[in-house]
Amino acid sequence: MKNSLFLVIALLLAASCKKDNYAAPGSSFKGRIVYQGEAVNVSQGEVVFELWESGWGKRTPINVAVAQDGSFSALLFDGNYQLVLPKGQGPYLTPPDHADTTQLPLKGDRNMDIEVLPYYLVRNAKVSASGRQVTATCKLDKIITDTRARNVERITLYVNRTQFVDGINNIAAQTLNGADIQDPANITLQVNVPVINPVQASVFIRIGVKVEGVEDMVFSPLIEQKL
Amino acid sequence: MKTYCLYLLLMLTLFGCVKSNDDFLNRPPSNILLDEQVWKDEVLVLSVIANLYDRYPDYQTIENWSEFAAFDEAFASESGQYGRHKNQQYGYGTWSYWNYGYIRELNLFIDKCGKANLLKQEVRDRFLAEARFLRANVYFELVKRMGGVPLILEPLTYDYKGDPGALQRPREKESGIYDFVLKEMDAVMQVLPDDAGIKSRATKGLALALKARAALYAASIAKYGATTPQVSLPGGEVGIPAAMADGYYTTALQAAQQIISSGKYALYNKKPDNLSENFAALFYDKGGNSEVIFVKDFKLQSGKVQEWTLANQPRSLAEEQQGGRLNPSLNLVQCFEKLDNTFAPYMTNAANGDYIYYDKPGDIFAGRDARLAGTVILPGTEFKSKKVDIWAGYILKDGSIVTANNFGGQASLGGNLVQVVGFDGPIDNLEFSAQTGFYVRKYQDPAVGSGRIGTKSEVWWVRYRYAEVLLNAAEAAFELGDKATAAGYLNQVRARAGLIVPLTAADITFDRIVHERKVELAFEGHQLWDMKRWRLAHVVWDGLSADLTKHPESAKSASTRVFGLLPYRIYNPGTPQDGKWVFKKVLPSNVTSAHQFRLGNYYSFIGDDIRNNNPLVVKNPNQ
Repeated sequence: MKNSLFLVIALLLAASCKKDNYAAPGSSFKGRIVYQGEAVNVSQGEVVFELWESGWGKRTPINVAVAQDGSFSALLFDGNYQLVLPKGQGPYLTPPDHADTTQLPLKGDRNMDIEVLPYYLVRNAKVSASGRQVTATCKLDKIITDTRARNVERITLYVNRTQFVDGINNIAAQTLNGADIQDPANITLQVNVPVINPVQASVFIRIGVKVEGVEDMVFSPLIEQKL
Repeated sequence: MKTYCLYLLLMLTLFGCVKSNDDFLNRPPSNILLDEQVWKDEVLVLSVIANLYDRYPDYQTIENWSEFAAFDEAFASESGQYGRHKNQQYGYGTWSYWNYGYIRELNLFIDKCGKANLLKQEVRDRFLAEARFLRANVYFELVKRMGGVPLILEPLTYDYKGDPGALQRPREKESGIYDFVLKEMDAVMQVLPDDAGIKSRATKGLALALKARAALYAASIAKYGATTPQVSLPGGEVGIPAAMADGYYTTALQAAQQIISSGKYALYNKKPDNLSENFAALFYDKGGNSEVIFVKDFKLQSGKVQEWTLANQPRSLAEEQQGGRLNPSLNLVQCFEKLDNTFAPYMTNAANGDYIYYDKPGDIFAGRDARLAGTVILPGTEFKSKKVDIWAGYILKDGSIVTANNFGGQASLGGNLVQVVGFDGPIDNLEFSAQTGFYVRKYQDPAVGSGRIGTKSEVWWVRYRYAEVLLNAAEAAFELGDKATAAGYLNQVRARAGLIVPLTAADITFDRIVHERKVELAFEGHQLWDMKRWRLAHVVWDGLSADLTKHPESAKSASTRVFGLLPYRIYNPGTPQDGKWVFKKVLPSNVTSAHQFRLGNYYSFIGDDIRNNNPLVVKNPNQ
């Protein structure tokens, strides 16, 4: 009697596992935030966009965070999503052709780059080191030049011990104010890297630009520099 | 036998059922009071409104000390709160508030009170005015945190017909909510008692004070909101047109001047011989306090007591094995100006890099605004008539430091085992020690037992006081271009703090206004709202790890990390410096991140659940 009771419970438990559990979301949605095919580098996890799926009663967005190299990836269920780039997110404007909402039907894996219009891009970033002093040069390209253009508030060289480098994650930084930039095509920044304990052979460097009135910064691609 | 019992039971049950008892289902409940019982009895109505008063929203108060460490005013010296200094960003939902349950109960109270004709007319009118005051205050709190919100002025009832559309209201304009608050204050001030002796219930003075504050907030959002055009919504739910600024400033000035000219309130000045003590007493003196306008009151042995002194008493004099939690930052302490109205960071080192030697630890703070020692317990000063013991260690001839890592710890010095650190610390990373070199003094209760878990404190929480009214008047007058009037009001507040060299009209700048509020109203829950309405929050808390500013007088100086100032003794026998005091500016090791106030923090996130239930509610900007 007792044994059969256990058996019934075990069976019920096993059966309920099967009944309750949904399959995990299996379709991946990957891509990059790009300007004419060139990735827009941002702060790690600070820029997000929203995916909305209607038909589920309550509406809450799935927030997808953008990695520092401008890439993103999300595991989702198949379905019809709406992709929304919220206003005020990112160091860019969204081109008018998908200013607000883009339809995103998802059936199986999908790769898609999201085209945006950044205020500035940091290009040609090069780094050299002598001793513990790091020198970086870059070119600042103004992408938006019409009435929507904005000035540069500051340009900052960030150094970190790990590959995540931005305003939050850094061990050394050197800032040049926007008003002090002589030649945007040829910007030089220098910083002394503090002693790192435990010792490591190289550091990671990015140059970020803060645009006036825009919260998120745009960065150069990541550079690893041997010391 | 068994059958017999069964029959008996059955019969009893049947008898029980048929027993004639007509009012079985009509018995008055013994555990709740019904509307008709409440609304004929003044005392019962008073307890209803007392409950509504008790739910008055606050952000930073003496009941949640750690919130004062959220920005740059203080360091949280408790292990569980170090995270406040390791987090860089504030979540968009921080400071959000959406208490429509409270608003509904206020609306119900107003509805029922309006019909309660068994109460005496003047009693009823007062209750009604108090409830309207509280309701307007909730809307003021909502608009500060969320921007314009749906303005619900009657108890909404659902008809259960499947369509809640009638209950869904869109957000009012931000200016609309402020206008509502101002209009309500005009109405209730006619009815509320004009008695400065009433501190814990609404009075005419309070209605005027709230009106002045609200109008000033609206005015500065209109004026300084122009500097952050991104922080607005096209429907006006967030953001007030700049053209409305002057109107609001005028309203604020008039309301404040009405309190001032009534002569019912005055700056607290019972201890003119010791202005710092006077400033501290302003907050704990509950007998005939002429400055206080509205408080949340507490009472010993009533169950309604607060733990501010228990949490923050100096560790060396503590009545329990705790205290010392809130450590004011050097950022704040260096804002207190010198008696000649100039600003200067504290001098720790001479031009040649050597220390500056002081005879006593308090000497470095000499000749400063009296409010400094009234707000902060400085090294070398007293609390509860006993000296605090704040010093970080000995500095030897070769510059090395001898210290210990427990309260009053000992170490070998010149061959003798002596105490090498204060019983209050500062010891880095040791909770309850004064890790910035300071303890908070404002609101600390000097009564015996205030630091005991079994007693606690009955010092009240001051929500409105006359000095703020003067500062509001000064700011409004300044913004309207009347600098002479502004200087007059500022000088009243400053003279009480020992700054007797009056400011002239030419001295009054925006920075002055900002500075005066910062030092007068520190630890009174104003900072966040002030920084928001001036649109300074994202400028001052910009997320960059900058050094401590050398310009404490400037409103726009960044201040993202809390610094400390630690006193050391010199051990160098045979030299004139031996036994003297030097100071070191430090960054506590738990302060690892710089605060960043993002544009999306200006108006808190409205939850997805709220917007799902009411799709008419639009999202706040930049989130």
